[in-house]
Amino acid sequence: MSLRAPLLYLGMAAVLLLIGWLQSWSVALSIVNLCLISAVMALGVNMQWGYAGLFNVGIMGFAALGGVAAVLVSMPPVAAAWAAGAGGIGLAALAVALTAVAATALRRRLAPGRWRVLAVTLVVLLGYALARRAFDPGAEAIEAVDPALTGYLGGLGLPILLAWLVGGLFAAGAAWLVGKTALGLRSDYLAIATLGISEIILSVLKNEDWLTRGVKNVTGLPRPVPYEIDLQAAPWFVARAEAWGIDPVEASSIAVKLAYAGLFLAVLVVLMWLAERALNAPWGRMMRAIRDNETAAEAMGKDVTGRHLEIFVLGSAVVGIAGAMLTTLDGQFTPGSYNPLRFTFLIWVMVIVGGSGNNWGAVFGAFLVWLVWVEAEPAGRWLMGAITAGLGEEHWLRLHLIAGAPHMRMVLMGAILILALRFSPKGLIPERPRTRPARAPDC
Amino acid sequence: MADILNALAVFGNFVAVPGIAYGSQLALGALGITLIYAVLRFANFAHGDTMAFGTMAAILGTWGLQAAGIGLGPLPTALLALPLGIAATAGLVLLTDRYIYRYHRARRSTPVTFVILSIGVMFVLNGLVRFVIGPDDQRFADGERFIIRARDFEALTGLEEGLTIRTTQLLTLVVAVAVVAALFWFLRRTRTGKAMRAFSDNEDLALLSGVDPDRVVRVTWLIAAALATVAGVLYGLDKSFKPFTYFQLLLPMFAAAIVGGIGHPVGAIAGGFVIAFSELGLTYAYKRVAGYLLPEPWAPEGLMQLLGTDYKFAISFIILVVVLLVRPTGLFRGQVI
Repeated sequence: MSLRAPLLYLGMAAVLLLIGWLQSWSVALSIVNLCLISAVMALGVNMQWGYAGLFNVGIMGFAALGGVAAVLVSMPPVAAAWAAGAGGIGLAALAVALTAVAATALRRRLAPGRWRVLAVTLVVLLGYALARRAFDPGAEAIEAVDPALTGYLGGLGLPILLAWLVGGLFAAGAAWLVGKTALGLRSDYLAIATLGISEIILSVLKNEDWLTRGVKNVTGLPRPVPYEIDLQAAPWFVARAEAWGIDPVEASSIAVKLAYAGLFLAVLVVLMWLAERALNAPWGRMMRAIRDNETAAEAMGKDVTGRHLEIFVLGSAVVGIAGAMLTTLDGQFTPGSYNPLRFTFLIWVMVIVGGSGNNWGAVFGAFLVWLVWVEAEPAGRWLMGAITAGLGEEHWLRLHLIAGAPHMRMVLMGAILILALRFSPKGLIPERPRTRPARAPDC
Repeated sequence: MADILNALAVFGNFVAVPGIAYGSQLALGALGITLIYAVLRFANFAHGDTMAFGTMAAILGTWGLQAAGIGLGPLPTALLALPLGIAATAGLVLLTDRYIYRYHRARRSTPVTFVILSIGVMFVLNGLVRFVIGPDDQRFADGERFIIRARDFEALTGLEEGLTIRTTQLLTLVVAVAVVAALFWFLRRTRTGKAMRAFSDNEDLALLSGVDPDRVVRVTWLIAAALATVAGVLYGLDKSFKPFTYFQLLLPMFAAAIVGGIGHPVGAIAGGFVIAFSELGLTYAYKRVAGYLLPEPWAPEGLMQLLGTDYKFAISFIILVVVLLVRPTGLFRGQVI
């Protein structure tokens, strides 16, 4: 057991404490919260990449599905919208299901060839036309219900914590569909395919207003923790804050963030425990065997495609949970804010830098990279300001450089990724070697 | 008869003409991806941002020329700045190859490592472009905007529907044809081109025959840089330049390269047009076309639009998946350039 991992974690804790002490505790806690969510996402990616070597760059899509779950579970239902258009949507869903059944049946019955392709295509087109006939008026009616405030079906009005589970289920379902079609592909094809799927998921979420309000966003999601205002009004809280010598307003913000951090940490701990158990179990050994030599594992009778599908679904579910957590923390669902650089590729940087194949590494990578990502913006602005200080306050170059400074963190992330692959390809906390070192035979 | 011509004019105006221009731009981009794949054997995720970088360099050049009062009359000034953009991009990709990819090539890292490296390069270029030119829309087309305006076309032919052809659309086609012709001549006729094809076909055999691998790799990067810059400038002239849009072009370009058969230049061109026409054809509302073609009582009530325009990217991806499932080698078989 090397001291490397504990030392790195201690260092991270020290840096976060320093930020709290120098900047403010509220800022430090915001960073910690997003670090924790990123850590869960990185854990999901590490399962797919580190355990099984699956190259999934559709993280954003699965995270967004988790976000949708938060909306659909927690928002109150819009009764008028249900009355207006739910029937049409339901009919359309029925038509789609029937088409799928009919197409599959036809595919099974008919002999392969040109006629089968033609027949299946015709059935699908017909089904699509029928579904659209029922769907369009339904969706229109729903979107017409008080469009400035609702204009969508709303949710189920259940506690938002439940959405974390549902988000995982949504992502798992989508991953199952994707995995069924795309997992047989070579690694770079799989990457392109998953990149495309995440774009599709996002474009559906942006444009199906009846479901998610699209780019009009859903704001004011219910919270699993108390509101700051309520805390400030509660006498016991104010008394406690004054006893500690903190301003009640700041104390309420810190308390809320601490509550979130506790919830996120609980999720991370549970998932981490499960992931470590799985990795050390025979199942984890089998996964590594498949990752390291697919052909040999297959020759030993392992179902490579089946196991790949399994880990793809599990990893995506973890990402979906993290996505739901993120939307819960934000208190709003904004499909327009999902950007593959931030939600897919940044998570990849975390896993690679932290150490793929090692859960502790991935989690540490998430903390480190998120911290750098957040702090790079003010640091870049300060740096540019310092460099150009001699140019005079209103010089065009100075203004341009300071305005552009936030984009430099992209450059920084790319550089970190490239340097990590060159100088520390196994990551900061590398995967533990599982085999005992070969002992020289006794003579 | 007039009805049919009117229907054709509408179709041409909204699908055929833009489709040819967009298809040419995608084809040029996909060619770059396919060449990198054929020779260096990885999917280059940085290609979209390489395009953005080249376009940015050309735009900066264009602004310089415009400030100096140099122009091409009816043609956009950006054409003059194109060589500058190509040179800058060529320098950039050679630097990335020298300091990033070469080390891993020598160590024979796995193809996935190269893909992740290209993601790193993508981040760097993305940040760099936004840092220099900003994340906003830039329009840099100047000169004559139209070859045929809708009104002139109506006056000329006496039809009810107008057909607009913009200068940039014709320019795209002409430049794309010229570039593709030059590329094919290079690959088929010159010694270096033949060395590239041999290297792509069988690396060991090519090395045994005395092909210089470093030179082949260098030339491939140079061609990819030139193709990316030309594609990017043409796309920017035709629509507008925005760094994020160029990043998003990655998906249709990959789709075009794979649909055509990755590593296959003719396939990349065919794939570009397949993707472009499916995107436009499936998201176009055929109401007006049908209105001319069908007798009055059959005129459609709805828009006759298969998918909303917002699902453009989804289409390229769906085609990609269908091709991967039905015919994984793409339209043109084989991994040969």
